[in-house]
Amino acid sequence: MAKSSSSDAQALIRSLRSAYAATPTNLKIIDLYVVYAITTAVIQIVYMGIVGSFPFNSFLSGILSCVGTAVLAVCLRIQVNKENKEFKDLSPERAFADFVLCNLVLHLVIMNFLG
Amino acid sequence: MASRLHEGKRSDPLRHVVQRMVPNHGSIGLRALICALLSICAAASIRPISDAHRSAALDLFVPSGGLFQSLEETYEALRTFQILGVGNFSDIGPATCPVIIDNLTSPASSPKDLFDAIRVNSILECQIGSQTFKDVAEKFQDLIKSTDKLMNFYYSILGLLHVKAQGVSVVLPDAEGVFYSIKALSQNDGRWQYDSNNAESSTCAAGIALEALAGVVSLADIELVQSKIGTIKHDIVKLFDSINSYDDGTLYFEEKHIDGSEYKGPLATTASVVRGASAFAAIVSEKLNIPGDKLVGIAKFLLSVGVPSSTKDLFNQIDSLSHIENNRISIPLILSLPSTVLSLTSKDQLEVEVTTVFGSAAPPLTVNLVRASSSDVKNNPILENQELQFDTEKNVHYLDILPLKIDIGKYTLEFEISLHDPENLNTYATGGHAHSLIFLTGLVKVDKSQIGIYDTDSESSASMLKLDFFKDDKISLVANHLQKLHLSFQLFTPLGNTIKPHQAFLKLRHESKVEHIFALESSSRQYKIILDFLALVEKFYYLSGRYDIELAVGDAAMENSFLHVLGYIDLDLPEPPERASRPPSLSVDPYARFGPKQEISHIFRAPETRPPKELSLAFLAFTLVPLGGFVIGARVLVDGFHFDAQTKATFISHCFLSMSILVSVQLLTLGVNLKSFPSSSVHALFSLLFHAGIAAILLLYVLFWLKLDLFTTLKVLGLIGVFLIFVGHRTLSCLASTSAGKVKTN
Repeated sequence: MAKSSSSDAQALIRSLRSAYAATPTNLKIIDLYVVYAITTAVIQIVYMGIVGSFPFNSFLSGILSCVGTAVLAVCLRIQVNKENKEFKDLSPERAFADFVLCNLVLHLVIMNFLG
Repeated sequence: MASRLHEGKRSDPLRHVVQRMVPNHGSIGLRALICALLSICAAASIRPISDAHRSAALDLFVPSGGLFQSLEETYEALRTFQILGVGNFSDIGPATCPVIIDNLTSPASSPKDLFDAIRVNSILECQIGSQTFKDVAEKFQDLIKSTDKLMNFYYSILGLLHVKAQGVSVVLPDAEGVFYSIKALSQNDGRWQYDSNNAESSTCAAGIALEALAGVVSLADIELVQSKIGTIKHDIVKLFDSINSYDDGTLYFEEKHIDGSEYKGPLATTASVVRGASAFAAIVSEKLNIPGDKLVGIAKFLLSVGVPSSTKDLFNQIDSLSHIENNRISIPLILSLPSTVLSLTSKDQLEVEVTTVFGSAAPPLTVNLVRASSSDVKNNPILENQELQFDTEKNVHYLDILPLKIDIGKYTLEFEISLHDPENLNTYATGGHAHSLIFLTGLVKVDKSQIGIYDTDSESSASMLKLDFFKDDKISLVANHLQKLHLSFQLFTPLGNTIKPHQAFLKLRHESKVEHIFALESSSRQYKIILDFLALVEKFYYLSGRYDIELAVGDAAMENSFLHVLGYIDLDLPEPPERASRPPSLSVDPYARFGPKQEISHIFRAPETRPPKELSLAFLAFTLVPLGGFVIGARVLVDGFHFDAQTKATFISHCFLSMSILVSVQLLTLGVNLKSFPSSSVHALFSLLFHAGIAAILLLYVLFWLKLDLFTTLKVLGLIGVFLIFVGHRTLSCLASTSAGKVKTN
């Protein structure tokens, strides 16, 4: 049974990989961006775990900038994905413009809160 | 010294007793002198103008090189010297005359300068040509025609009066009109306004206006209708009705509205009103209806200032008193006592002087002592209706008090003046009853004084030692904490009555300078104190040893108040328990408070622990690693080439050195690649501007974090944002059109 489960897991992973390879490039870039943002957030949490959260506002602003930009990237991905029927009418350029604008606003707030 | 004491302080006569706590065996005469000098400051004691004022005038008005500080002060000085009859003008004249001529001839002089110059000149009488006077008169006449301010009227009218006194003929144009203009500024309560814009009425202005009106009448020399003068007389009466009074019967004028910048005290205000009223009274044919008592009250107020310490106060006092002395209404007579402390020992007589304010002789009159009552027992008068006899040599009224058998103490006397000649009542004002406070002092006898130690249980078997306070032998006693100290004595006045002195204290001083003071109680006939050492053990801080005994007895009416060291007592007190209070440490040298103070150690909040710098920098580098990873990954995805082992190795080995360069370079290339660079130049420009706009905003954010505040950031952000929106719209729309075209072609 263990062998079959491990082979099942391997088969599952292989099929996931092949399916993922089929996604368009721009979506992959967006996924990579999300991964980058989350990794940065994790590194910040590790740092806080080591030195303590003294300037708590700085810590919060750093974490929230990563998380916020990840969320906005996910929204962009949803809107740009051609398989989504709800956003068929929305051009990807418009979605990208929204993404840029929201990011700018988010970073303004973050810079203010950074202190 | 007398002038300093006359500064209006009401010193308590007890103060001299406190001064005597220092052992001082000086003469009785010295003590009586101190007594007398301090008592002169007591209530309601006024003296006419005397040599003290004359010497004060010479001390206050000191010219430097013949010149005073201003022409106004020059006038005040010269007028004061003239009235008091002191000072010589020989060095003032030559120095001041050029200043006067300069002021009179200069075209830029204000009306006040001209007025000051011309009235100083009327005293100094410099050599000035009549043409100058005519020019000055013309300036004044022009000012009268053009102004409506009270002060300008005052300066010009009185200036014209002084010019006229120099012999130059002066004409006042439209005297009635000027009279009306000044009268128009008057108010209902007898006060005046300074000009028609100023809503507040002022008492000082009333005095000035009255002087100006008197000047108008004497310049114009026409018969002004009696009704007009009658209204002014009504105003004067109303003004005098608004007079204020102190408790001791002195009357004064004061401003009702106090303007902070130009406050003139009661002395200046009263002087101004007196000048105005007397100037007006001088030109009016019949007498003004002002009761003589009010003039006496004002004269008393002016004299109660004593010897003033400022030049303006001295001038106001002397000038207004001279107007009062020479006025046509009634001349006040002042009753004063040359000395308010009388000694029974030296057989003093009660002496009273009645003079005018400047000390000149009064008409024949009699002084009657209506009532003399002790200040402690107010209702029972000691004396009633004693007539004082007149000593023609010394010019005083006196009363022999020794035969009247009055005891020592403080008394309030009430006097009444009656003039011999009833005609004089029209010229002089006596001012009702005058009150005065006197001290009668004498030697107090101490009798039956004894001191002793006795045990608590056996009160009667006390071995009492007789004391004589005025001999020098000291007693020595021994006691322990179970015993009591008993001290008693009796005090008698010269007439044999018992007296309760203001101070009766017993002081015990330890060798270590710790002192304890006890007040003596008085029973019906004697003063005594019983010190129960058992109860006082804790108060004495359990200090055993030798204590010096001192007794202090004093009273304002006692000529021989004393502080005697009676001797010493050796006290044996038990050991202090553990928690007994320590005796107070010796008082620190009072000058030590000016030395450096104790250092204050501030307690600050401990700062938060921060991580070491290297750790923070390491994590900064760590944070940038994912960025690098993202950029490289994006390149991989777009370009589709794989990293081989070699590039991987080079990347890792060069990671820390060239990461930033790699990142920025790859970002740029990525940007170029990602955006599939449009062919048309316009579109390229817009896309470039789009990138530039985003980079600018990010740069702005960095600046905001480093330096800027939110408001400037928002302003700049607004500007760049608008630009970015415009550019971005163009870029993305042409991108959209190209991609739509591609889709269509596909």
